Amino acid sequence: MRLLVCIKQVPDLEAAFHVAADGRWIDEGDLAFRLNEYDEYAVEQAVLLKEQLDGEPELTVASLGPGRVTEAIKKALAMGADRGVHLVDDLGPRRDPWQVASALHAAVREEAYDLIFTGFQSADRGSAQVGPLLAGLLGYACLTTVVGFEYADGRVNVRRELEGGVKAVVEAALPAVVTCQLGLNRPRYPTLPNIMKAKRKEIRSLPVESLLPEAPRVETERLLPRPKRAAGLVLDGDPGEVADRLVPILREKVR
Amino acid sequence: MKSLLVGEFRQGGLIEATYELAGFGAACGDEASMLLVGSPDNPPLFAGRVYLADVAWVGESAPGAHRDLVLEAIRREDPDQIVFLHSSYGWDIAPRVALALGVGQVSQVVAVEPGADARHYTVPIMNGKLRMQVVPATRPVVVTIQAGAFAPLVSESAPSATVALQPASADPAAAGGTDTAPAERLLGYEAAERGGVDLAQAEVIVSAGRGIGTQENLAAVRALAQALGGELGASRPLVDAGWVEHERQVGSTGQTVAPKLYVACGISGAIQHLAGMRRSGYIVAINKDREAPIAEVADVLAVGDVNQLLAAVLTRLQNEA
Repeated sequence: MRLLVCIKQVPDLEAAFHVAADGRWIDEGDLAFRLNEYDEYAVEQAVLLKEQLDGEPELTVASLGPGRVTEAIKKALAMGADRGVHLVDDLGPRRDPWQVASALHAAVREEAYDLIFTGFQSADRGSAQVGPLLAGLLGYACLTTVVGFEYADGRVNVRRELEGGVKAVVEAALPAVVTCQLGLNRPRYPTLPNIMKAKRKEIRSLPVESLLPEAPRVETERLLPRPKRAAGLVLDGDPGEVADRLVPILREKVR
Repeated sequence: MKSLLVGEFRQGGLIEATYELAGFGAACGDEASMLLVGSPDNPPLFAGRVYLADVAWVGESAPGAHRDLVLEAIRREDPDQIVFLHSSYGWDIAPRVALALGVGQVSQVVAVEPGADARHYTVPIMNGKLRMQVVPATRPVVVTIQAGAFAPLVSESAPSATVALQPASADPAAAGGTDTAPAERLLGYEAAERGGVDLAQAEVIVSAGRGIGTQENLAAVRALAQALGGELGASRPLVDAGWVEHERQVGSTGQTVAPKLYVACGISGAIQHLAGMRRSGYIVAINKDREAPIAEVADVLAVGDVNQLLAAVLTRLQNEA
């Protein structure tokens, strides 16, 4: 069985962000990067499935982006993926979802993966399109926003998370793409021995130009700051001072 | 310009947020029609033309079949944009429609502006800390709209025309679809766990987020909820970690609440959380980060270490009691 997990490296979202000089993306200058949180659940689920099947499946991790994304690929290798594929693209963060899905499709279509896991969205762009687009291009079944996953005998049975706490129970035959929602599992922390082993695992680099003739279907005009709303009250100072001012407000609002 | 709105129907009823689609169509100034896989006995309160496929034969969650019905309505209406909610349904169906048409999709629209060439759409990025303005390079374009970003529009008159879409109307070959047997089969639903907490009824909610740090610190948040006569709520990470029951989760995939007072403790304000509580009467946020997205909706932002601030607030409340 051949498994694939598609991941994205995103900025740490606790940072303050500034618009790049050309106005079309953020300035990446001082930012720290991490594996997209939704993709952590995807990697974990793929590794769990590999373990369920006694290690037989080969698990590949693929990511599109500049050189730095190999760090995210290595984390996935340390969590248990067997080999990595890096679609080298300095403009990775600026591509639209169609371009990302097209490039991934070009890279994997000959590989006959049985199951492809990916996060349901990226934490930075949040388009939630690449998984379903890739499934459609491959002609695979697609199960999105999955919070429960079971596999048996060539079929997957999942819980899709809907609104209001309701879940849909859906099943499909392989091959399939599964997009993963937060809470699907508990992503493991790579152990030091596994981090060391990951250094010896292969990461194949593919220049994206060979995979991406596609123009974007949605173009970025510019980035804008978040609209500043007419001021809410900001209380600052030591905890005692802040509490002195906050408590009367709370009392008044619960009256 | 023309919009085709794709409404939502589930477990026997129309999803209320469907009317936000109508509100968006009006905000665009478009001539709007609607496609709904729903019940002919229960048409939506929408003034334009409605293409209605009976959910009894299509099924509630048959993505390929729903896609093909949307494509059929598109063939008949030739809209400039096809609009979904940014919801579990939109995430599933919208990209399939965009792919079948070979067109672009803009996700999570919060604002729209006319442009010389084409409409400009504004979407949040970086968890809402920045916004991005985009232009589609295709016509039509598929869009999904953020929950709560556009006011709902409920019509007082019946649809101007209701067109029943029958199985024969949806021609898979013409649509480019290949569904003879559905790839994804809905087996049923699992209801939300109900343990006697109904946040939707609470007048005061005090919620805890990742910023509280450890599970032990939850006690202070509970104590504040109690002192204020309210209920404990939580953001998603605490529920996923098993610290709090799922029915206390506030957000688009948990409970949507609008209490008189909402106090957010150590919650940064992820888009999905804001969608669940931004209509609250009065919002107090306690957070160490004055740039946290929750500041966008908070009436009061108390800046500092959430655990220290909670302790100071509790001391004063308990002394006065």
